Amino acid sequence: MKKSICVVLTLLFVLPAFAACGTSSNPSGDSPDKMKLYVLNWGDYIDEDVLAEFISGHPEIEMHYDTTTSNEEMLIQVQNESSIYDLCVPSDYMISKMVKMDLLQPLDFSQIPNFENIDPAFLGKEFDPENRYSVPYLWGTVGIVYNKTMVSEPVDSWEILWDPDYSKQIIMYDSIRDSMAVALKKLGYSMNSTDPDQIAQAEAELIRQKPLVLAYLVDDIRERMISGSAAFGVMYAGDAITCIEENPDLEYVIPKEGSNVWFDNAVLLKRSQNAEAAHIFINYLCDAEVARRNSEYIGYSTPNKAAMEMMDDWNEDPIFNPPKEVVDRCEAYVDLGDAISLYNDAWLRIKGQ
Amino acid sequence: MNLVKKAFLTFILVFLYAPIFVLIVYSFNESRSMAHWTGFSLQWYRALLQDTTIMSALLVTVSVAVVASLVSTVIGTFAAIGINVMTKKVRIAVEFITNIPVVNPDIVTGISLMLLFIFFRITLSYTTLLVSHITFCIPYVILSVMPKLSQMRDQTYEAALDLGATPLYAVYKVVLPEIKPGIMTGAILAFTLSLDDFVVSLFTRQGVQTLSTLIYSMARRGINPKINALSAMMFVAVLGLLLIVNLRTDRNS
Amino acid sequence: MRRRFFAYPYILWMLALILLPMAVIIFYAFTTGEAGGNRFTLSYIIKIFDMLNIRILLRSVWLSLLATAVCLVVAYPVAYILSRIPSRKTPFLYVLFVVPMWMNFLLRTYAWMILLDMNGLVNRFLVMLGFGRVQLMYNMSAVVFGMIYNFLPFMILPIYTMLLKIPAELVEAAQDLGADDGRVFWRVVFPLSLPGVVSGVTMVFIPGITTFAISRLLGGSQFMLFGDLIENQFILLQDWHFGSALSLMMMVLVFVCMAVSSGFDKETKGGALI
Repeated sequence: MKKSICVVLTLLFVLPAFAACGTSSNPSGDSPDKMKLYVLNWGDYIDEDVLAEFISGHPEIEMHYDTTTSNEEMLIQVQNESSIYDLCVPSDYMISKMVKMDLLQPLDFSQIPNFENIDPAFLGKEFDPENRYSVPYLWGTVGIVYNKTMVSEPVDSWEILWDPDYSKQIIMYDSIRDSMAVALKKLGYSMNSTDPDQIAQAEAELIRQKPLVLAYLVDDIRERMISGSAAFGVMYAGDAITCIEENPDLEYVIPKEGSNVWFDNAVLLKRSQNAEAAHIFINYLCDAEVARRNSEYIGYSTPNKAAMEMMDDWNEDPIFNPPKEVVDRCEAYVDLGDAISLYNDAWLRIKGQ
Repeated sequence: MNLVKKAFLTFILVFLYAPIFVLIVYSFNESRSMAHWTGFSLQWYRALLQDTTIMSALLVTVSVAVVASLVSTVIGTFAAIGINVMTKKVRIAVEFITNIPVVNPDIVTGISLMLLFIFFRITLSYTTLLVSHITFCIPYVILSVMPKLSQMRDQTYEAALDLGATPLYAVYKVVLPEIKPGIMTGAILAFTLSLDDFVVSLFTRQGVQTLSTLIYSMARRGINPKINALSAMMFVAVLGLLLIVNLRTDRNS
Repeated sequence: MRRRFFAYPYILWMLALILLPMAVIIFYAFTTGEAGGNRFTLSYIIKIFDMLNIRILLRSVWLSLLATAVCLVVAYPVAYILSRIPSRKTPFLYVLFVVPMWMNFLLRTYAWMILLDMNGLVNRFLVMLGFGRVQLMYNMSAVVFGMIYNFLPFMILPIYTMLLKIPAELVEAAQDLGADDGRVFWRVVFPLSLPGVVSGVTMVFIPGITTFAISRLLGGSQFMLFGDLIENQFILLQDWHFGSALSLMMMVLVFVCMAVSSGFDKETKGGALI
């Protein structure tokens, strides 16, 4: 009898934990009649009011909004077999990778009437040539932000990030593709190069540059540039706009060798349990007013033509709305397939130095 | 306490609290950037209360910390009582394994749990997060209860049984009061560790955010001042609680 | 009912969630996932001993040792002074040293970055004193500083607990026998507090090696530590097998440390933690 008590006790403690593991529960409790929508976006990548209005405007949808830090992390979160997400917002090259991995399902554009707001210039890109899987959310370029009070010569080339006069004044972008792209472009190669020799040269360049680099950062580049801690920083155009607003000494340049242009698009995952709710949310994001508010809140450029028409003063800013010849100079990332391991190994050797 | 000692302690406390005060001060900053002070404003507090993402992360963090510390305290306390009377060989083995999560780097604990869940096709969720937190909390409870148990005389429990108490009743009436301080430290420690955890949470959840993973994911765009406002409010709450507890113990003694 | 039955729920929990995960790590470390099916391989274990990884490990150990040493030198006097305060006040003071840990550690590190910035308060203070502005972040000292800040409480608490446990009679006896203060401290108090010191050193040294956010934030990602290496394998490179092998190596290191330190604190293992 005593033994049975302790068996019961044991089960009491352990069973609920395991039983609950299988089902995905949440602290707010499940309501069966609601459509559950799991969204995975970048951190702070939506105007919170816009999100709140969607939630209150769609009582039939139970929204679970999750955020992540990098494309690679996003992939991990959506690819495992027990992933719960319906919708995520990866960048260009990650979209092609997800398509190749068969993680996405085609969108039903009849459920996205607001899609007509999207500027056709942002459709049919290499990562989704027939435009079946993705809807553009935000886009931008990568360039150099520099402090005019600390730099006297003209800045128009990636070369300047290797200038020993600016030792410990240079902040690089802490990501494999973005840093390698800078070195590859400086050498005159494609940032999507899969030639081992070119990649090795880029690695050597970055190792040579390392003693001059103050830090490899992601978000804090903005704060450090605003505070004048460094003369140069590699940065996204949208972040540059925020920086220049805070510190007028700063200037943004897309180097003459060319740079990266990127697109973050919303995609629907194959494992989605609730495609209907996902379509409703994508359609909401394409609404002109919603797109304008998101773009103004985040500071990144919007591919939404109807939204652009409402943003006159923003349109005049060549950083926000770069001229066509500048964008043509830029290259988008493509998925490198297995060649990415060349980049990974090079990056570990650079960072591990 | 002489002046030098006082000055030293104050210096260390300033060192520990300096960043917290910075967070509080900048939560009143008008600008979004923490590089400049542009003027006093309460806007981030207003925005915070309307921010569902942060609020639900707060709810998750606190609920996990409360539940994990309660469950781990119960399981850990009973475990310590049981381990205490085991044969030496078994006891050494159990204590060794119990030490693993304590000494293991967080990142190894988090990753090993993630691999376990994925290996057995268990969906990462709020529950896996909670189970993981309980897992790394229990050993700390056991470790804080064990010393109190070894100080206790073994015969009291036996005596209670001889006098007709059921085992559970005897534990409740005789053992628990003796080891109460150990249980309290264990519970507080478990709560603190769960609240402060970042690495284990990063790997063992999906679809839910804790405050630390949320803050980490804001990295691409910079920390939102709403988070500063939140930490200021949490700090004031904690300090208030502390002062109340302190005043009460003062009056009691 | 036998009392040891009370431990059974935990033992089940322990087997399922402590021991089994370790087994999974070992499994991944010794198998390859390539080309379908899991085959046994030693290639990941061999890869650990690559020059690059060893270099990262040595750097982590060195920085962590520095941080541990500073923590010990600072924490011991704090713990000692605290242990001498009349008991009524101590719970409050003690908690004062714990409370910072209730604030998110990433946030606190971010806040240090505001203080240490070129335009930060520390630099403004230096300018006020007539010195020039200095780049305080993005060097090795900043990484060590970050470790010290984050792990200092973990050094203070075990030493403090151990000091409290020293019977006052022992100290008095030594004094009665004519020992001066220095002698009492070095011959009686310090040796008795050693288990606390050992716990503290372990609790700072090991997290120091494996921390991964600190070197990224305060070191500007220039000084990759062992924790960064492991995290990179899982998040960035998706090489779970090699990541597991690295974790396994970390565990082995930890157990070696534990074996060494258990020589010191047989009696009070863990008890000194709290």
